[in-house]
Amino acid sequence: MKKLLLATAATLAIAGGASAQGMDKVKACFVYVGPIGDGGWTFQHDQGRLAVIEEFGDRVDASTYQESVPEGADAERVLTQMALSGCNIIFTTSFGYMDQTNNVAAKFPNVKFEHATGYKRDHANVSTYDARFYEGRAVMGTIAGHMTESNKIGYIGSFPIPEVIQGINSSFIAARKVNPDVTMSVVWAYTWFDPAKEADAAKALIEQGVDVILQHTDSTAPLAEAAKTEGVIGFGQASDMTEFKPSPRVSSIIDNWAPYYIERIGALLDGTYEQKATWAGIAEGEVEIGEITDAVPAEVKAAAEAVRDAIVGGQHPFTGPLNKQDGSAWLAEGETPEDGDLAGMNFYVEGITGSIPQ
Amino acid sequence: MDLGGINPAVLIASLMVASVPIMLAALGELVVEKAGVLNLGVEGMMIIGAVMGFAVAVNTGSPLAGFLGGAAGGAILSLIFALLTQYLLANQVATGLALTLFGLGLSSLIGQGYVGIRPPLTGAVPLGPLADIPVVGRILFRHDWMVYGSLVMVAATWAVLKFTRIGLILRAVGENHEAAHALGYKVRRIRVLAICFGGAMAGLGGAYISLIRVPQWTDGITSGAGWIALAIVVFASWKPWRVLLGAYLFGGITVLQLNLQAAGARIPVEYLSMSPYLITILVLVIMSSGRGRIAAAAPASLGKNFHASR
Repeated sequence: MKKLLLATAATLAIAGGASAQGMDKVKACFVYVGPIGDGGWTFQHDQGRLAVIEEFGDRVDASTYQESVPEGADAERVLTQMALSGCNIIFTTSFGYMDQTNNVAAKFPNVKFEHATGYKRDHANVSTYDARFYEGRAVMGTIAGHMTESNKIGYIGSFPIPEVIQGINSSFIAARKVNPDVTMSVVWAYTWFDPAKEADAAKALIEQGVDVILQHTDSTAPLAEAAKTEGVIGFGQASDMTEFKPSPRVSSIIDNWAPYYIERIGALLDGTYEQKATWAGIAEGEVEIGEITDAVPAEVKAAAEAVRDAIVGGQHPFTGPLNKQDGSAWLAEGETPEDGDLAGMNFYVEGITGSIPQ
Repeated sequence: MDLGGINPAVLIASLMVASVPIMLAALGELVVEKAGVLNLGVEGMMIIGAVMGFAVAVNTGSPLAGFLGGAAGGAILSLIFALLTQYLLANQVATGLALTLFGLGLSSLIGQGYVGIRPPLTGAVPLGPLADIPVVGRILFRHDWMVYGSLVMVAATWAVLKFTRIGLILRAVGENHEAAHALGYKVRRIRVLAICFGGAMAGLGGAYISLIRVPQWTDGITSGAGWIALAIVVFASWKPWRVLLGAYLFGGITVLQLNLQAAGARIPVEYLSMSPYLITILVLVIMSSGRGRIAAAAPASLGKNFHASR
């Protein structure tokens, strides 16, 4: 904090007018929604920040970050303070900072803003970036479809937003492809992070006979719950969650933000920075599949890796023919959806029971 | 009986587990309030119990030591409350709220090094053939020892309050501290001991969350259980067996709503999520409408500070 204030006056003048011709030194700042110690989402963003420091050394000052910034008005204050303190580029790493990022960006046209998982780019200095988590879900779904004995897969959702619904649909389609008898139960926890509730949700699913649990919440509680029951498996989410290897955690989806952070700050340094909307997946290395452990038979592991490699090779996890839940046609044979349609996904595909809370 | 694919035996078994933390904390608070002290710091004492229990269990490798550590942590924190309200005569409501805020912050600090660690597991009590009895075995005989311990505590609290001299003195202090003082009872000492007991019970409840129910440590792990425990005490109109009922009702609805979702019941999730709170409000309204029955049940000196000079 002290550093921020001291730097304020000194760097205000330098901050402007440097983006076109490159810069000698970039100050990059990060806003986090949770503590770095969450072991998941925020932890991975901070890993990206550390990778930036490693890559550029003295040419970048990425020492400024703030943890547990509430989504809402308070974020605007934090962002303003960062912009005033001479940050050249500010990464806001949660969906809920969307409006605040754009508001502050309007006031500081010379500061670059990068908003994670959002879609609003109201000003020329706001870019957005996201990861195709649903690609990783297809790999998890493949393992789930092969591994389930009861043919029941459970999915712990956080909030009914497109990003989560994409994951549910993608994993279900992949599981059905390898096991036509599979059914999926979805439980909405209405939280990103509440270990007791996540554990209870996992328990409720296990009691319903579910033996494979996928989660789109951030804590390791569902894995801890799965560990109590023999034969139940799950997957790491956002981070590798290695402490539950080799079982119940049989694989994981890892968010790897490092390549993107390095690319964007590098572009700012050499003057090639442009506004853009990035949505990268497994091929770009932004979504990684964590080690598939020996708890999974070799042929299942091979099948999962084949799905992963096919996605890298251009196979879209949502490839027609696919119907919506009500049976109406969504994608024709061989057709794939536009990114815009995916970003607004608000329906289940055919075969999933239950309805999405509105 | 079939509730949309939910096995009632399994449901009852899991609601028994889900209600242990709030039941323990509510029992402790009941004794504190019976002694005439209102401690709103239950949430803070629970979370300190959760982190202390976790830390001790991880470092010693023994869940039993963990529970003792959790109880000690809660009791020590409650001593701050006892000092402020019983010796310095601070306002009980404000002090209790401060205790919760302090506990939340302190637990986060203590817990820094314990994120992502797995605690030693507590197994079910081996009850041999009893566990294999159909239905009843699943409901009653496959739990960890804390579930049985919490039921024993309900019975013990009831018996002590109703049948023993200690219980009588405690109630006297809570009903009319000046009369109790005139009879020669050490009002302040008795209240401090009651507060300590309440802290230890809240700490046990917290440790149950971090050691058995989740089991891991993360910031804010109790997520409001302490406030529910406070509500249950009023709901139970200061009677131990009704605490059991209230805890089961509340734990039951939480578990039921997740189970209904998992079973694919077509009930909007938002209503399910708020149902425990709605029912609590409803019960409070119904109870208080019965011509001041709540007022009659509450200890008469509840929340009033005592000083021997008055």
